[in-house]
Amino acid sequence: MLNILVSIKQVPDTTNIRINPDTGTLIREGVPSIINPYDIVALSLAYQLKLRFKAKVTVITMGPPQAKNALKEAVEFGADRIILLCDRKFAGADTLATSYTLAEAIRFLQREELFDLFLFGKQAIDGDTAQVGPGVANRLGIPVITYVVKIENLDPIHRKIVVHRKTEKGIEVLEAPFPILLTCEKDLSPLPFVPLENILKAQRAEPETFNAEGPLSFQRDKLGLKGSPTQVKKVYTPELKRIGKIYNLDDVSLDDVVSKILDVLRERDLL
Amino acid sequence: MKEVWVYIEQEEGKIHPVSFELLGVAQRLASDLSGRVSALLLGYKVEDIIDEIFAYGAEKIYYLDHQVLSYYRHIPYVKGASELAKKYKPEIFLIGATPLGRDLAGGVATHLETGLTADVTELSIDSETGQLLMTRPAYGGNIMATIVCPHHRPQMATVRPRIFPVPERKSSIKGELIRESVELHEDEAKVKRLAFIPKEKAVNLEYAEVIVAGGKGIGSKDGFSLLAELAKELKGELGASRLAVEAHWIGYEHQVGQTGKTVRPKVYLAFGISGAIQHRAGMQNSDFIVAVNTDPEAPIFQIANLGIVGDWKKVAEALLFAIRKERSTDG
Ligand SMILES: Cc1cc2nc3c(=O)[nH]c(=O)nc-3n(C[C@H](O)[C@H](O)[C@H](O)COP(=O)(O)OP(=O)(O)OC[C@H]3O[C@@H](n4cnc5c(N)ncnc54)[C@H](O)[C@@H]3O)c2cc1C
Repeated sequence: MLNILVSIKQVPDTTNIRINPDTGTLIREGVPSIINPYDIVALSLAYQLKLRFKAKVTVITMGPPQAKNALKEAVEFGADRIILLCDRKFAGADTLATSYTLAEAIRFLQREELFDLFLFGKQAIDGDTAQVGPGVANRLGIPVITYVVKIENLDPIHRKIVVHRKTEKGIEVLEAPFPILLTCEKDLSPLPFVPLENILKAQRAEPETFNAEGPLSFQRDKLGLKGSPTQVKKVYTPELKRIGKIYNLDDVSLDDVVSKILDVLRERDLL
Repeated sequence: MKEVWVYIEQEEGKIHPVSFELLGVAQRLASDLSGRVSALLLGYKVEDIIDEIFAYGAEKIYYLDHQVLSYYRHIPYVKGASELAKKYKPEIFLIGATPLGRDLAGGVATHLETGLTADVTELSIDSETGQLLMTRPAYGGNIMATIVCPHHRPQMATVRPRIFPVPERKSSIKGELIRESVELHEDEAKVKRLAFIPKEKAVNLEYAEVIVAGGKGIGSKDGFSLLAELAKELKGELGASRLAVEAHWIGYEHQVGQTGKTVRPKVYLAFGISGAIQHRAGMQNSDFIVAVNTDPEAPIFQIANLGIVGDWKKVAEALLFAIRKERSTDG
């Protein structure tokens, strides 16, 4: 049996974020929370693998109490076990503290059962760092392949996988043994059709909750804000200052503006 | 002496231009710290590029040469870079925010247990504290955040390509080359490359001299055919806003902005693009911006060097005609 761990994050839907123009701060009210879109890909992939092979899927997230909803949604994608890491002491974590907390929790789970495949989104759309997946892999001492766009072959008998990884110049075809951590690109897996049975199961599902006190013990100084080497010093909205000349075609002829563009190109040897 | 490290990203002995950009900004940071710029080079038999790295401003190069490093793989590259950083304790460590660079940086920062700021677009030294100020877009580019890493070293950042200019090349300058060795084994690499499929048609947006870009205001896929003719005439590349990409008028590889490419051409021509903050994040460093938009209030006009309020198609057609006419009278 294939044992899969998926790590997800609940994020504000950044396409709906608005900024208060007077204070330069985020308006949080009315911004819906969603599962990070790349984590949805990871969940979808886990679901596809579950259909193809015998597999058990454990889904983990770190977040505030309402992140529970993200885990319930994961049950629609076939999650067998859901775990919420939730504690004030976890809050304010940067990527180093986040990867520490997740890795410790995973290590704890691995006392019971070892995972073959770890699936992470390539990045979360609120922070856009792409650092947590590689961070966790390094803490667990397992290999990581980032930006995976395709699973070419997965061989549960010989316990290895062949994947396509997107780089700037093309696609690398890579082979790796289990255990392996993959970070998922958008095209890796389509959304599955979710059967009604899963939706009903998701409604009833309750996650197991881990906090800073247990069931495992954490090094306090590595958690949350305290365990985060990076600090936000300042947040601001960039100011715009008008620098160029604006011509309106109601007032100026088309020939005139075209010759102005030609001048710009000519001055730079681009014609 | 405090060292500002730049990771030299190379594939098959070809240096990624972002490494030169970082050598440039590292010179400014190092001089503010009265320190020096050092480069970290990992690879296999890539001696040929060493002079190139000196020419762009490295005073020292730490070179780790090993067969296991013949192509990029996470485990050996992370191990090599981390061990050397532990040994020499740089003050600052900069890595290009490319797919390979981001992959590497996340691993190295974990081993060094230090802070890492992703996708930075501004770097400076705080004159009071001497700390590195790393500024990056946050929350989908809606705001900018300045990040510091006060108590851990190195201060690490991945930096977006094309934010900083490539510094002047001074071929006569030579620095100190330090050959390093770290114990690496093929079997600890775990991952093996079976094949490589090069991109069919590489869109070289980031390093194009001219970009002809279209947005939602273009109205259709056909509109992009006209822009493509213009781009071809100017030997440039086609760019696009996210909404144009989402409308399937053009491929994602042409997207400019926060979630697309950062560009800095000599001339950026924006047709029917409103200039949302996420789009501007990718093109505001262009040398010269021409914007055509029917809405005089469009934010793109705030950063345009030459703005034209009017229909994009009229302007694009007239421009294409004028360029062709100029060519035919010239030749
Ligand atoms: C997390 C996140 C990431 C994002 N990343 C990116 C990114 O990387 N790149 C990006 O571009 N966007 C990005 N966006 C989207 C961005 O916020 C804007 O929605 C997008 O840039 C708008 O595209 P547009 O200017 O083409 O469309 P619109 O904003 O709809 O503007 C169309 C413009 O065309 C003009 N117009 C209409 N008809 C004509 C005509 N006939 N002639 C001339 N002008 C005309 C209109 O006046 C208008 O100004 C991101 C958003 C989020 C939330």
